[in-house]
Amino acid sequence: MSYDLKMRVWRGDADGGDLGDYTVPVETGEVVLDAIHRLQATQVGDLAVRWNCKAGKCGSCSAEVNGRPRLMCMTRLSDFDETETITVTPMRTFPVIRDLVTDVSYNYEKAKQLPAFEPGPPDADGKRRMAQVDIERGQEFRKCIECFLCQDTCHVIRDHEDNKEKFAGPRFFLRYAELDMHPLDTHDRRVLVQGMAGIGLCNITKCCTEVCPEGIHITDNAIIPMKERVVDRKYDPLVWLGNKIGIRNKDNDGRTEV
Amino acid sequence: MTGNEMSGDAAGGLESHDYDVVVIGAGGSGLRAAIAAHEAGARVAVVCKSLLGKAHTVMAEGGIAAAMGNRWKEDNWEVHFRDTMRGGKMLNHWRMAQLHAQEAPDRVLELETWGALFDRTEDGLISQRDFGGHKYARLAHVGDRTGLEMIRTLQQRTVALGIDVFMECTVTDLLKDTGAAEDRVAGAFAYWRESGRFVVFRAPSIVLATGGIGKSFKVTSNSWEYTGDGHALALRAGASLLNMEFVQFHPTGMVWPPSVKGLLVTESVRGDGGILKNADGKRFMFDYIPEFFKAETADSVEEADRWYDDKINNRRPPELLPRDEVARAINSEIKAGRGSPHGGIFLDIASRRSPEFIKRRLPSMYHQFKELADVDITAEPMEIGPTCHYVMGGVEVDPDTEQSGVTGLYAVGECSGGMHGSNRLGGNSLSDLLVFGRRAGEAAAAYAEGTARSRPTVAEADVAVAQERALAPFSGGEKASENPYTIQSELQQTMNDLVGIIRTAAELEESLVEIEAYQERARHLIVEGHRQYNPGWHLALDLANMLLVSECIAKAALARQESRGGHTRDDFPGPDPTWGAKNLVLSLDATGTGVNLKEQPLPVMPDELKEYFA
Ligand SMILES: Cc1cc2nc3c(=O)[nH]c(=O)nc-3n(C[C@H](O)[C@H](O)[C@H](O)COP(=O)(O)OP(=O)(O)OC[C@H]3O[C@@H](n4cnc5c(N)ncnc54)[C@H](O)[C@@H]3O)c2cc1C
Ligand code: SF4
Ligand code: SF4
Ligand code: FES
Repeated sequence: MSYDLKMRVWRGDADGGDLGDYTVPVETGEVVLDAIHRLQATQVGDLAVRWNCKAGKCGSCSAEVNGRPRLMCMTRLSDFDETETITVTPMRTFPVIRDLVTDVSYNYEKAKQLPAFEPGPPDADGKRRMAQVDIERGQEFRKCIECFLCQDTCHVIRDHEDNKEKFAGPRFFLRYAELDMHPLDTHDRRVLVQGMAGIGLCNITKCCTEVCPEGIHITDNAIIPMKERVVDRKYDPLVWLGNKIGIRNKDNDGRTEV
Repeated sequence: MTGNEMSGDAAGGLESHDYDVVVIGAGGSGLRAAIAAHEAGARVAVVCKSLLGKAHTVMAEGGIAAAMGNRWKEDNWEVHFRDTMRGGKMLNHWRMAQLHAQEAPDRVLELETWGALFDRTEDGLISQRDFGGHKYARLAHVGDRTGLEMIRTLQQRTVALGIDVFMECTVTDLLKDTGAAEDRVAGAFAYWRESGRFVVFRAPSIVLATGGIGKSFKVTSNSWEYTGDGHALALRAGASLLNMEFVQFHPTGMVWPPSVKGLLVTESVRGDGGILKNADGKRFMFDYIPEFFKAETADSVEEADRWYDDKINNRRPPELLPRDEVARAINSEIKAGRGSPHGGIFLDIASRRSPEFIKRRLPSMYHQFKELADVDITAEPMEIGPTCHYVMGGVEVDPDTEQSGVTGLYAVGECSGGMHGSNRLGGNSLSDLLVFGRRAGEAAAAYAEGTARSRPTVAEADVAVAQERALAPFSGGEKASENPYTIQSELQQTMNDLVGIIRTAAELEESLVEIEAYQERARHLIVEGHRQYNPGWHLALDLANMLLVSECIAKAALARQESRGGHTRDDFPGPDPTWGAKNLVLSLDATGTGVNLKEQPLPVMPDELKEYFA
């Protein structure tokens, strides 16, 4: 079944822009990105948009649909009434390059500031051993597709350009937490996450968790435990569990602070 | 390092960079090559069309094939080598298949050292899962998002090493030094997608790692990036392509709703117990076991079902035959009218495994069907059909160094050829990226070091020509009237209909006529707007590559008068031993507009390796 969808799409660049009104034929079962692509192919050939996988796996097509940060390829038209006008705007937290494409280099800069994984030597046979239960948290965090929607939504930087320098944002708190919980990592980044990454500015509103398309429990599983690890080195259910099942207690074993 | 800020503000707008090694592509193979070249002491740049971390590798689902022996101690490189060669119907370059099988385990362990978190066995080792064509459970995996783990690990390593990355920067031409005695590569010409400004890279070593060609087909699991840029760049620089007739149609792509048609359903669904059924509810794969694989394939449901737990005393289920066999079988069932409501067949894991098992092993498949098709795969079967997935063909390279026929030009990953023969086994791509990525990076760095006294130079005239070529779509002249999107979608239809999974001479001839007509029309493109982030312009440039590569595929497919692996001819239904002894090699003709094709004998496998096939 097909029908005519009314859309408003933001068009412009760093110097400014406006919402344009369009009508585009769509099919049931399609997603917002399909409608954008049809616009591009038939009406506005130079409409700028990022996408790659069209399957929610690469995190390229982030934008705001009716004001809500979403992946365009995973936003189905059937979630809206056929008569409703769908408004698509670029992510607000990042400077616009053109149309729906924003300059997300902030995130790549923050990634560079984060000291990498540093394991000890492998076992005698050259392999490394870790129990599945000890890596499950880390695996949850590594589901992150770097869509930066959590960064887009976080109020600490959304309308506060000046906070960007001292705040790495939820995506990178996730990464700090992942490394801190990695059973084989030997670095201690807790001073960094507090200082340079500014985890203290986060007041646990959980907005980031709400928009994460991967359903990662950013606040509950990463940020809160990370804050606790920074403040109180003794309390942590995972370390406690680790002690029980015989893996190393990272708080007490010699980690090198970076 | 980000290419994501306004750049190229230099006077005249032409930015210029000097490196030892420039890697074009930031997928698994490109990043692995860059890391190796950096570690060998070279100054390295990575250039890619998308943002870092978004290359096609991110989409890989099932796993990385490596005979680590964590699940089955009987597994080793020799078994992996044999499986790979047989999967490719013996057309693989034996040396590549050998190196690949021998080195893959170390490359996987290396990822772990850089922070990858693979799923574990009970003993805490890297878990390995079953896949089609592999004798033992061999694929290292992370649920069904292995590619994400791989690219993120390599990306984080690249960043940690401080390698320069030029993101959203597209290479449109390779530059050569033709002055010296020997033709060699000297650099690359590119534009920033964001600003439309041009960049010249000067480097003695260039590594092509641009991925595949699937966007030339209508139903495909591939993204907009897969326009065969590396294939075309290599051809135009004077290198040759081989095995281009072999295109892999993955048996299981989504068929409904229309917007996701072609989207991949990982082979892990079958590896983890899923079976194929037709509209009559029949498990039909038992009817399609070819002679070549009879001895190792179960011929009863009972034996097939026992295999998951006891691989020593039972043979593999026919659902896990190599992909070409399964795709053809599905195609036949659909053609015979036994398809599903939306023109596919059924893939059923719901009736075979518990919902908990399915959600744990296949989380992103569960998510994908739930979100995009309203199907709960733990409760009902999926509808699936073949989708264009991978190109076995690519740049002809030296197996040990990955250097092409052009000095200083290397190719790795999906854009290189030879490793997979006529059909790639699942999981063998991700391992290929790592093994040959590292080899190419090291070789490129070593060669660059050797040019210290006589670096190749870029001729300014060539830069001017490249610039003119890139701007041509904006000045199509009087007759300019063609929309690049329209030609692209017509080409995709042609390739799907006439150069698809089942081919005939008549249809291939027709396709060549149509491709030529598109090439003519593509000379009169009209592009709206200006150079800043303009997808219409970008497509106009990619389109030329798609057309050139499509011509290669159709030409080679017409020439090969047999059926083998990813090439099935209705008019030549069986394999032919004379064809099985030769490759088809393509190069640009003297005018630079068409392609030449020649037959070339396969490299001879040494006797000690031949023994594995006795
Ligand atoms: C859905 C899906 C699932 C898959 N699952 C598996 C699996 O489970 N196991 C497995 O082994 N294989 C799998 N494959 C295949 C495998 O993922 C790919 O073959 C492999 O990732 C290709 O890697 P690559 O490094 O060659 O290229 P890619 O990862 O595709 O990277 C290509 C790079 O080249 C860049 N590029 C291209 N053209 C240009 C240009 N002109 N200028 C600058 N940069 C350019 C792109 O931007 C990109 O960075 C799967 C493929 C798909 C599509
Ligand atoms: S929970 Fe913290 S990081 Fe997440 S949106 Fe709120 S303030 Fe930002
Ligand atoms: S944590 Fe979630 S929302 Fe944030 S970048 Fe990763 S996937 Fe996107
Ligand atoms: S296009 Fe990849 S997440 Fe939407």
